[in-house]
Amino acid sequence: MSLSPGELKDVKEFLYKIADDQLIIGHRNSEWTGLGPTLEEDIAFSSIAQDKIGQSQHIYELLHAMGEKHPDTTAFTRNAADFRCSHLTEYPNGEYEFSLMRNFLFNHSEHIRFGMLSTSSVEQLAKLAKKYRGEIKYHVMHSDTWVKQLGRANEESHMRMQKALNDTFNLALGIFEESDFAEALRETKVFEGEQVLQNKWLEEISPILDSASLVIPNKNSWAPAYGGRKGQHTEYLQPLIEEMGAVFRLDPNAEW
Amino acid sequence: MESFRTMLSKAEVLDALQDVKDPEIPTISIVDLGIVTDVSVSEENFVLVKLTPTFSGCPALKIMETLVKERIEKLNVSGVSVETNFDVQWNTNMITDKGLAALNKHGLAPPERHSGLVQIEMLHKVKCPLCGSRNTEMKTPFGPTLCRSIHYCNDCLNAFEQFKPVS
Repeated sequence: MSLSPGELKDVKEFLYKIADDQLIIGHRNSEWTGLGPTLEEDIAFSSIAQDKIGQSQHIYELLHAMGEKHPDTTAFTRNAADFRCSHLTEYPNGEYEFSLMRNFLFNHSEHIRFGMLSTSSVEQLAKLAKKYRGEIKYHVMHSDTWVKQLGRANEESHMRMQKALNDTFNLALGIFEESDFAEALRETKVFEGEQVLQNKWLEEISPILDSASLVIPNKNSWAPAYGGRKGQHTEYLQPLIEEMGAVFRLDPNAEW
Repeated sequence: MESFRTMLSKAEVLDALQDVKDPEIPTISIVDLGIVTDVSVSEENFVLVKLTPTFSGCPALKIMETLVKERIEKLNVSGVSVETNFDVQWNTNMITDKGLAALNKHGLAPPERHSGLVQIEMLHKVKCPLCGSRNTEMKTPFGPTLCRSIHYCNDCLNAFEQFKPVS
C-alpha cells in the first residue's frame, strides 16, 4: 500500500510504540542473564530477551526503510523522551515474580497484537507479525506455565504472585494507551485499535489467572499508567537507555 | 573457476548451496533447513539468493549470508547478491525430510510436522534421538540456541535437545 505523508507519519509513530516496547522489555529480560533463580529460568529469560530484541530490530529496519535512522542509531542514541514504550516495560526487574508477571501480561498483549497485525494493510508489517507470532507463542507458554504453577503451589508463592499481579496490572493497562492517530490507523486498516486489543487481552488472560487462583484487581481501582506512548516516562527509563547504549556511544562509527 | 556456460541454472545454484551448512548444526544445509526462499539467475549469470531467518533474533544469519556469497562466487557468475527478508515466513514444516534426518544425525530430535499451530503438548513425549524411546519429558522450551528445547529420556537416562517446532 502507498501511504500519504500524513499516514506515513502515523504508521511510523505506531511502529515506534511496538518496537520500543520490545527493545526495553527485552533489555530488562536480558538483565536476568546470570541471575535467574534456576539455570532453566536464566536461559529462558535470556532467550526471550534475544527474541524480543531481534524482533524490535526488524521493526527498526522497517522504520529505516521508511526514512528513519539506522536501527543501531535508533536503539542506542535517543533520549527517554523520544521513546514510545509503555511504563510496564521500563520498571526494574524487582523480584522474580514481578518480572514473570510482567512478561505474562505483556506476552499475551503482544501475541494478540501481532495476530491482529498479521492482516494489516502495511504489508511488510503483516509479514513480520506472522513471523513473530510463532516465536512469541513460546514466550506465552513459558509465562503461562509458571503463572499456573506458582499461583497454586503454596501459600507464599500464591501471595507473591497475587502481589505481583496487583503491582503490574495498572502498568499493563498502560500498554493500551490510545494515540491521536488511532482512528486514522483504523480507517486505513493498519490496526484496529488499542481498545479492541485490551478487550481481547482481558478475555484471554482472565481464565488463565482464574485457573491459577489469582484475582484481577477490581475495576474500580484501575488506574492505567499512561504517558509512555507520548514520551512521558518513569524515572527508570533514562538510566536503562544510558546503560544499554554505553558501549555503542563510545565509538558510534565502530565496525562490528 | 568453472568453465564458461551460457547460463547457470537455478538447480545448479541450489546444488551449490547444499554445501552451505547451518554454522550451529553442521549436518544440515541451508537449503534443507528451508531458509532459501528464492533463487534467480539473470541472463548475465548474476545470481540473486533470497533467505529468510529461522528466528528473528538468530545471530547466525549474517554469517550464512556471507557463506552463501562465498560459495556462489565460486561458480561461473558475473556477481551475486544475497537478500534477507520476511516475504516467506519460515516455519519448521519448511525443513525437508533430508533435513530432518540430518538434525537427528546431529543428535537433535527433529521437530514434528504441525498443522500451522504449535501446542505445548507437542513438546512432550518427543522421540529420543539416542534410543528412539518416547518415554521422555520436556525440561524447558528454551535451550542453548533459540531453536532448541531441552528434554530428558526416562529410558536411556540421557538429556537431549530438540529442534523445536515453530509455526
